[in-house]
Order: sequence, then C-alpha cells, then structure tokens
Amino acid sequence: MPEITREEVRHLADLARIDLSDAELDHLAPQLAVILDSIRSISDVAADDIPPTSHPLPLTNVFREDVARPGLTAEEALSGAPQVEDHRFAVPRILGEE
Amino acid sequence: MSDLVRRTAADLADALAAGETTSVELTEAHLDRIAAVDGDVHAFLHVDREGALEQARASDERRAAGRPAGPLDGVPVAVKDVLATKGLPTTCGSKILEGWVPPYDATLVTRLREAGLPILGKTNMDEFAMGSSTEHSAYGPTHNPWDLDRIPGGSGGGSAAAVAAFEAPLAIGTDTGGSIRQPGAVTGTVGVKPTYGGVSRYGLVALANSLDQAGPVTRTVLDAALLHEVIGGHDPLDSTSVDQPVPPVVEAARQGAAGDMKGVRIGVVKELTGEGYQHGVQARFDESVQLLVDAGAEVVEVSCPSFVHALAAYYLILPSEASSNLAKFDAMRYGLRVYPEGVEDPSAEEVMRATRDAGFGDEVKRRIILGTYALSSGYYDAYYGQAQKVRTLIGRDFASAFESADVLVSPTAPTTAFKLGEKLDDPVAMYLNDIATIPANLAGVPGLSVPSGLADEDALPTGFQVLAPALADDRLYRVGAALEAALLDRWGGPLLDKAPALAEKETVR
Repeated sequence: MPEITREEVRHLADLARIDLSDAELDHLAPQLAVILDSIRSISDVAADDIPPTSHPLPLTNVFREDVARPGLTAEEALSGAPQVEDHRFAVPRILGEE
Repeated sequence: MSDLVRRTAADLADALAAGETTSVELTEAHLDRIAAVDGDVHAFLHVDREGALEQARASDERRAAGRPAGPLDGVPVAVKDVLATKGLPTTCGSKILEGWVPPYDATLVTRLREAGLPILGKTNMDEFAMGSSTEHSAYGPTHNPWDLDRIPGGSGGGSAAAVAAFEAPLAIGTDTGGSIRQPGAVTGTVGVKPTYGGVSRYGLVALANSLDQAGPVTRTVLDAALLHEVIGGHDPLDSTSVDQPVPPVVEAARQGAAGDMKGVRIGVVKELTGEGYQHGVQARFDESVQLLVDAGAEVVEVSCPSFVHALAAYYLILPSEASSNLAKFDAMRYGLRVYPEGVEDPSAEEVMRATRDAGFGDEVKRRIILGTYALSSGYYDAYYGQAQKVRTLIGRDFASAFESADVLVSPTAPTTAFKLGEKLDDPVAMYLNDIATIPANLAGVPGLSVPSGLADEDALPTGFQVLAPALADDRLYRVGAALEAALLDRWGGPLLDKAPALAEKETVR
C-alpha cells in the first residue's frame, strides 16, 4: 500500500473542494499518514468470499402513496441562503470566461 | 441551587402529576442553574429561555385542564445541536452553520414538543459529531463537571455535561461510534444508543447515515427509558426507520430495578477487556459483573475476534460517508459563504473551496480527505470494500455471541476523562476512546452505558456498557437498571453526589 504524500493530500483536498494553505498541508498531511498507517491492517483481513455490508439492518425500498404533502414555502427554503435575489438563490458565476 | 434540579425526571414527572410543582417552576430552576454554572461548563451553545418558559406555561395549562400530553409533559430537555429545531439556531458545532435557523423540526424534536417537554436549548458537540472530547467544537470545548480541566467525552459532551451538572434532567444525544455512551461513561451519567433505526434520523444532520442513531442522555436508567419511549418508533419520513413498536423499555427498567437477574446470561467480551483498559476502569467493571452475578445472572466469556478490526473499519466507513454527506456545504443554499481573497469575480467553485476551508475545522478536514481517499478509484477495494467486509464479520461475531449470551458487557471507554488538549493533535489516540463502543454502530445493535463507579487512581467516573441484539433494547434497560440499583445500594446514593460542587455565579433576573 503506498504512503500518502503531501501532494496527494493537496490533490484530495482539491477533489473535496477545500482550499488548504501550505501551513495546513504541513499540519494535516503527516497526521493523515499516521491515521492511514493505523488502519492499513484492514486490507488483508477479510477473504474474498465475505459479502460486504453497507447497512446494519436489511433494507427494502420504502414507498408512500403518491399524494401531495405540505413542504417548505419558498421563503422558508430561502431563509438560510447566503444571498437571495428575485426569490431565488443568488450564486457566483458557474462558467469561466472562455 | 434549587433542590428541584437534582431530582430525576421520573421524580419530577410524579411531582408534576401530584401538583407539587409546575413546569414553569422547574423550567425556571434549570434555566437559573444554566445561568449560574454554564459559564464554566459550557454545555450549551444556545439557551432558549423565552421559548422554554412558553412551552412550560402551555404544559401547566394542559395539566390544569387534566389533559397532560404524556408522563414527561412539563419536564424540560436539552437537545444536541446536530438536530434541526425550527426557529432555534442549529450549528452542529461548526462555523459553516453559524447562525443557521432551520425552517423545520427533526421528527425527534417534533415528538419532544408533542409530548410537552420544554426545550431548554442546544448543547455543544464536536463539529459535525466528529470527535470524542467536544474539543473539535468551533465554539470552544465543554468542560467535565467532575473536573473542569478535563474533557466531557464526545461528540455529545454538551448533553452529558448538561445532565451531570444538573442543568437539565434529560438530554438528547446522537451516537455514531460512541458519542452518547462514551460521554456518559466519563461524566458519570447514563446514555443509550437504541437499535439502528429505532429513533428517526429525519432532521438529524447526517455524519454517517449507516451508523448514526439518536438516543437519551440522562442520570438514571429509568429516565432514559422514559425518554426513549417519547422519541422512539417508526417515522415514514426516514426510510431506514424500523417499522415496529418501541420495545417495552420502561417496563424493563422497572423490572431490572427490582434486582432479580435469574436466568439472564451475561457475556463478557474477551476482546474488550484487559490490555489497554485503565486499571480503575477494569476494576469497576469486574466488580459490576460480580454484582450482576450476585443478583442471579450467569456469566460466560465470549470471543468476538473481528472486533480488533472494528476501529479500522469504522475509520474508513465513517469518513467515506461523511465526505459525501458534507458535500452539501457548498456555500450556495444555506450556511457560510466566504469569497477567496484577491480573486476578482470568483467562480462558484472557488467560493466553495474558500468557504469550506474557512468553515470546517481540522478534524472535519482530516475526515473529508480520508473519505475522499478511501473512495477514490484504485483504493476503493483495498479500503472501503474491505471495511464493508469487516462489517459483515463483526455482525457475525455478534450473532454468534448472542447465541450464548442474552447481553454482552464491557467497559464503555478504556480510560477515564483525560485533560483538555492532551490528545487534540493526536487523532489516532483520540480515536482509541471509541474502541469498545464502535462495534455496536457497525452492527446496528443497541448499547447502554451506566456509571460503574470512580477509578481509584484519579477518582473520576467509569462506565459499564451493555449491548443487546437488534430490537432487544429492553434487555439493556433490564440489566442496566439492575446494576444501577445494586451500585446505588453500595454507594448509599447516586454517583453524582460525589462530584465536586460547581461554583455558582450570582444571577439577577
């Protein structure tokens, strides 16, 4: 199993959409390496024929009657938004210039 | 301090029913106690004096009209800040949700309101319930009422400290890897994680969906059972909610308190005792097992060999689920929005990166990155896939152990409360606190922690954990109440009577 490098942590943070400063990378990268080291043992514990468990109790699809139910009003849905404009969520630009 | 605040919730319910006190009187007594001691304890992130008193007045009116909503109508409660409360700030201990006021109630909160319990406020917690000490709260740690320099456990340290400091007779916690039980152990209080799906998760801000479970935080086993009955049961708004009646937990607590353990088989889990457990924790555990034997229980040793891998499996499954869950904090629809410095006309993605850097604390970042790693292609099979298989093995260990025992027991936490700051930058040492509580979450089985005494070496509380098969939550209460009764008899009163008195600040209302 490969070690986790500082560059890899930077890449993972990028995938997770977190800007990490150099100071944060210095702080977090070695800690992550230690954590990974402590859980590494798991990679050869279970045999191939063991089925995975995603959920502690057996689950089945749950359906309900297709009837209208009260939900949040637009005001309520927008009540926690950082910015609202014309009764909508106002967000920064999504596309670049090019 | 008013005598009212030291009484149990069951006692207060009786006093209300007998007309000896009013909900307004006892809600005020608890609000006064919060004002007097919470500056030092910091169990609460938000106190709702006006709202609680209004609910108390409504409760008194129901009682006066002869129509109480239930046995606990009028007994106040504190709610962990991870549960959505309409009109009350809900931060999950994070800067990213500072000032957020949910437009809806969690189902559990709706049930508290319908049962007439005034909500005193919201309790402190590790950010998004990630931690075992509340030190990862963005709003500062909670202090253990037994020693203000020590941790109250986590993530629900606020709820546990609130009941231990007599700021609330009842509180709600949530338990993903031990966040109800471990704080119970280190504060000398009772905490119960019900069977997965036993209490609705609707409105509970998810840490790890397949592990999270809300439950009662109290000072006695009977109080926990009474609260469990209020919050438990099927909820169509949660597709993982168990569609079965709440097990007869109150009846079981009363039966257990009578003290007869004949015919009950207690399994001591070999892998959860001995090495790694502090001497005083182990000593109180061994004595507690003996007390149950004296009460007629039969003891067997059981082995759960896969439990040694539970911690590793947990620290892969939890970050994986958490990293997906926390993707919703994108700075667009609710919560914090931070613009990156020195960037003109930043994109939504740049705003999201800057916000998540500013809004999340270290532990949240560590776990998001770890989860992102475990789920990335190339590592998925080696990590997340293996962890899910270990989860199967742990479930099998439980199934086979429950063939020879009705309940399993262990110390709740390996040590007593440690000093604030001691393990803050040593994540692996911090994670080891949950070594005995995590298997129950992975398998979905219920667990309870009940105080077992004080460790000789530091005079701090220790906890005794009881685990039962899924949906057999009543067994926890029977065994927990029997041990509690035997220990109370030995001590001559509640363990919390031995806690040092907190300095009370003079308050003017």
